[in-house]
Amino acid sequence: MEQPAQNTSSGVDASFDQLNRDWYIDKAVQVLVFLGGISAIVFIIGIFVFISKEGFGFLVGDFNFKEFFFSPNWRPTSESKETFGILALVAGTASVTGLAMLIAIPFSLGAAIFIAEFASGKTREFLKITVELLAAIPSVVWGFIGLAIMNPIIIETFNVPVGLNVLNAGVILGLMAAPIMTSIAEDALKAVPDRYREAAEAMGATRWQVIYKVVLPAAKNGLLGAVLLGVGRGFGETMAVLMATGHSINIPTSVFDSVRALTATIAAELGETAAGSSHYQALFTIGIFLFIITFIINLAADLIVRGVRKG
Amino acid sequence: MVKLGVKDLSISYAGERVLEGVNFDIQEHEIFGIIGPANAGKTSFLKAINRMDMFNTEMTVDGEIRFNNVDVSKIRNVYGLRRRIGVVFPLPVGLPLSIYDNVALAPRLGGQKDKAELDIIVERCLTRAALWDEVKDRLDSLGSMLSGGQQQRLTIARALSQDPEMLMLDEFSIAVDPVTTMRIEDVLKELRSEVTIILVTNLVQQARRLADRTAFFLGGRCVEVGVTEDLFTGEVQDQRTRDYVEGRFG
Repeated sequence: MEQPAQNTSSGVDASFDQLNRDWYIDKAVQVLVFLGGISAIVFIIGIFVFISKEGFGFLVGDFNFKEFFFSPNWRPTSESKETFGILALVAGTASVTGLAMLIAIPFSLGAAIFIAEFASGKTREFLKITVELLAAIPSVVWGFIGLAIMNPIIIETFNVPVGLNVLNAGVILGLMAAPIMTSIAEDALKAVPDRYREAAEAMGATRWQVIYKVVLPAAKNGLLGAVLLGVGRGFGETMAVLMATGHSINIPTSVFDSVRALTATIAAELGETAAGSSHYQALFTIGIFLFIITFIINLAADLIVRGVRKG
Repeated sequence: MVKLGVKDLSISYAGERVLEGVNFDIQEHEIFGIIGPANAGKTSFLKAINRMDMFNTEMTVDGEIRFNNVDVSKIRNVYGLRRRIGVVFPLPVGLPLSIYDNVALAPRLGGQKDKAELDIIVERCLTRAALWDEVKDRLDSLGSMLSGGQQQRLTIARALSQDPEMLMLDEFSIAVDPVTTMRIEDVLKELRSEVTIILVTNLVQQARRLADRTAFFLGGRCVEVGVTEDLFTGEVQDQRTRDYVEGRFG
């Protein structure tokens, strides 16, 4: 009997263990992708540090918790006594966002239900593209619509002196938020497995019963996430509300009152303040406040939408 | 009495025939088995019966299916038809509702609002589906969180909750363990006195255990219909039936 021939006496063959081109490309891509992945975190921390630093002087100096949150007087340039109360600004933002949601929620839910449950084939594709197109319209264009189209309509229809008010901005912001909410809500509805629909249909549920009793409950987390994203959008929107609210400091008592939003205040005033002044720093403190609010809203939305995927 | 009459039935998807030449009557209170390998057209047949083709524009049904001697293709209110026919799908579908709401859904769709009445229905159906003892203390928990076998029994309870005149089971035991399968089979035997049952199964022995008569579907045709026992003792028209029940193919 012959023994099988051996390549080397020790049996070690390390020729496959080479750091070749593929190996280096793989490593390089890994590093690049990693950097891309963490860049978002770096940026968000950077932004937070920056606005905190700018607002810090105010927070430790002139900042008066009670005045800041509970005074409706925002008089940063008063000669006798500067006051930095954001209550009216918060009320402005909240009223506009609230009205916007009243308009956007039914619209976007209706649109999402139609696209996901009723429309089919070409209609569906066409609607989806249209909705996405709508979401991409720049906010300044919406602001322009508020200023040039909505304003005279409101003045004439309701016989009020000014058409730049909560109603105008609420409608504009509602129309702005609706497309993105529709898109997310539609995703949530599409994520409901078809076998749920089939099971309900087989039981004799009508189409509306299938949606109302089965699909909506199954998608409720995703739908709530969509609404919260809309709210976040409302809070953060600047240009359109600056143009459509009338930009006057007011705690609104009706939808025909002009108001001013937190974001719009920063946008309008920051360019005219001396860097480092109390006013400048107070604006950054508003920035911190907005940052925290939107962060909480987005985080809540995200956690809720995630919850849906797991369940 | 004939519960379901089928005449010259054929079904196509997007122009492609998946089933043709189906002719038989299903008697009231019988268990009618349908056996056959995959792609024989068994599930399509069930879909045609309760008009699930309605939302599927690709699916066309020709021929005649009469339920209670009413042509189902001419029915205006298909929801009414479906409420008379309970369906159990191959894979369990626990709806993401509580166990209670899963079973109470169909009665509620039918307009039942009385809580006491619903309680009775829920308990009766879960008991019949051999699930009551396992879930009676947690009726509020999610139906979709039950195990596969439990979900399938939940599905059966749900199908029974609408007090169907006919029950269609499509390979119900695929995701169920053998012990549970036997318990459900016992339930089906009891139900025979009240309900007409169509049992689609890929287990020929299950058909033998339960079905009074059995049809053999093969490659989109109904090859044979006969008294179940005849199929198994070799008294068949078609050689392929014998080969199939004896396990020589499929």
